[in-house]
Amino acid sequence: MQIYVPLLVTLAWRNLWRHVRRTLLILFALALGVWSMVTLAALTRGSMEQQLTSAFANLIGHIQIHLPGYRDDPVIDHRFAEPAGALRDALDAPDILAWAARVRVPAVVSSEQESAGITLVGIDPARERGLSFLANAVKEGRMLMDADDPGIVLGRKLAERLETALGRRVVILSQDSANKIADRGFRVVGIFDSQPEMIETAYVFIGLAQAQRLLRMPGAVSEIGLIAPDRNRLDAPLDRLRAAAPQLDVQPWTQIEPTLKLTESVTDVILMIWYVIVFVAMSFGLVNTLLMAVFERTREFGLFQALGMPPSQILGQVLVESLFLLAVGLALGNLLAFATLAATADGIDLSAFAKGFEMIGVSPMLYPMLKFDDALSANLLVFVLGLAASLYPAWRAARYVPVEAITRT
Amino acid sequence: MEYTVVCRNLSKVYRQNSIAVQALADINLEISKKDFLCLSGPSGSGKSTLLNLIGGLDLPTSGDVSVDGIALATLDRAALARLRLTRIGFVFQAYNLIPVLSARENVEFVMQLQGISAAERRTRAMDILKEVGLDGLEDRKPGELSGGQQQRVAVARAIVSGPSLVLADEPTANLDSKTAENLMQMLVQMNAEHNVTFVFSTHDKLVMDFSRRLIKLHDGRIVEDVRRG
Repeated sequence: MQIYVPLLVTLAWRNLWRHVRRTLLILFALALGVWSMVTLAALTRGSMEQQLTSAFANLIGHIQIHLPGYRDDPVIDHRFAEPAGALRDALDAPDILAWAARVRVPAVVSSEQESAGITLVGIDPARERGLSFLANAVKEGRMLMDADDPGIVLGRKLAERLETALGRRVVILSQDSANKIADRGFRVVGIFDSQPEMIETAYVFIGLAQAQRLLRMPGAVSEIGLIAPDRNRLDAPLDRLRAAAPQLDVQPWTQIEPTLKLTESVTDVILMIWYVIVFVAMSFGLVNTLLMAVFERTREFGLFQALGMPPSQILGQVLVESLFLLAVGLALGNLLAFATLAATADGIDLSAFAKGFEMIGVSPMLYPMLKFDDALSANLLVFVLGLAASLYPAWRAARYVPVEAITRT
Repeated sequence: MEYTVVCRNLSKVYRQNSIAVQALADINLEISKKDFLCLSGPSGSGKSTLLNLIGGLDLPTSGDVSVDGIALATLDRAALARLRLTRIGFVFQAYNLIPVLSARENVEFVMQLQGISAAERRTRAMDILKEVGLDGLEDRKPGELSGGQQQRVAVARAIVSGPSLVLADEPTANLDSKTAENLMQMLVQMNAEHNVTFVFSTHDKLVMDFSRRLIKLHDGRIVEDVRRG
């Protein structure tokens, strides 16, 4: 079948501009739709990435290593030796950005006024840099200096609840490795802020060596947390770590916090639903425009057939018109979206709603993040389904009986 | 005798709601090569219907039409379009030019569908436009031309690709008498110079006067078939 491309292109392009206002209107609608799809995808993706980054920094990481049973019952009995040998080598591999071993057990913290159930975390501050939120979270006082620092770091909300402050002493009460009560006083050296605020009341931090001495678990830890360059490419480090420590439970973040994975999946679904809603609205306009164009030019389509243009080429002509509309609409929509994202690259200040956002662990500053896949799927959806939606008007144009079309007034 | 068009037992019945209207009944007709033939008759006599059936623009209820020996009933929509493209030119009462194309582009349209090169298309289009007296108006859009000029473009388009048959439905209906006469003289000249068979459907006495064969239709039947000259 011969395709008369130059002729179809000429006819389609010139026909589009027979009704300038109508064409501009549908182009505006298409551009607006594509702009909303790409921009909303970037905003949603940016928000989700901030939530995930925040969650990973809140002691979740990309991979966690525990003794089997710890995740169901996170007590001192489920401890294991600090990494050494093959496990240490596996953790020091270049595809792991940062890792830290921690003691992490339930405990009670008491001030002169109040007590609270918390999770006691023994850390090596140097190892937490680039791994958890702690490095920059201390807003009052100081961060722990090293694993043997005798001080304690509390969250601001917890400090308020305990009615304590910097320089005051609090007592940690827990259970040691011999199942005896372990307690000791610590001086508050730092107060941290966090998002979400519940972290401030959930965790207290002391030096790793101090925790091991308090709980009588020398050389043992509760967990190892680590960060890899790409949260979605963890197979290689997982395999290596599992091979290096077959007695330990090595799990990715998707298993440790399935809700985070769900957040990512729900975001994808929400975006797709949004895409479909916008596309359906746009497609009504597109199909309506093309149908009007086809009905108005019924005589012309009859004439084309009378002059010998095959029905397939008439179908092609309407599709080329649709293709022009879609291509120009997509180009305009993408340009608008990229301009919007460039203008908001430094973040959108949502502090007016900050209280609500902080409760769910989201920063009041929203940084749009455009994923190539999101932009591509929005564009492909509009382009492919737009052309598909145009098939009906095109088919109508190609199915006219020449004599009926020519004589139609 | 070689015939460009042969109609055998041709009938056409239109259905409007439940009412059947017999537009043509049992037409048998041969049209010779280079003929210059006029179908006449009152409104509703079936002239346009017969023209449309000969051109493959409509399908008969019964009977056969063949053009250059090709039976139209054996062709599908695409093949019919191909036949019209290569063998039949049309001139319509309402000019029916493509409004977004210039006069030259309208004339080139059929040649473009035939796959003729751009250079040759342009040369042939300019030559035929000159022949129909539209030299210098080739870049005007149909809306910028008078009725007579538009009809000349339509004639140029019908002729330029070298069809064996041109079907013209009321070609002078929207023209003043002087323009109509000029047009008919031009068609007579083309009939002679381009070896094209012309079939007209008309009420216009002028067109009948120019024709060498006059077929009168009444109630869908041929009632008179007169050869002249």
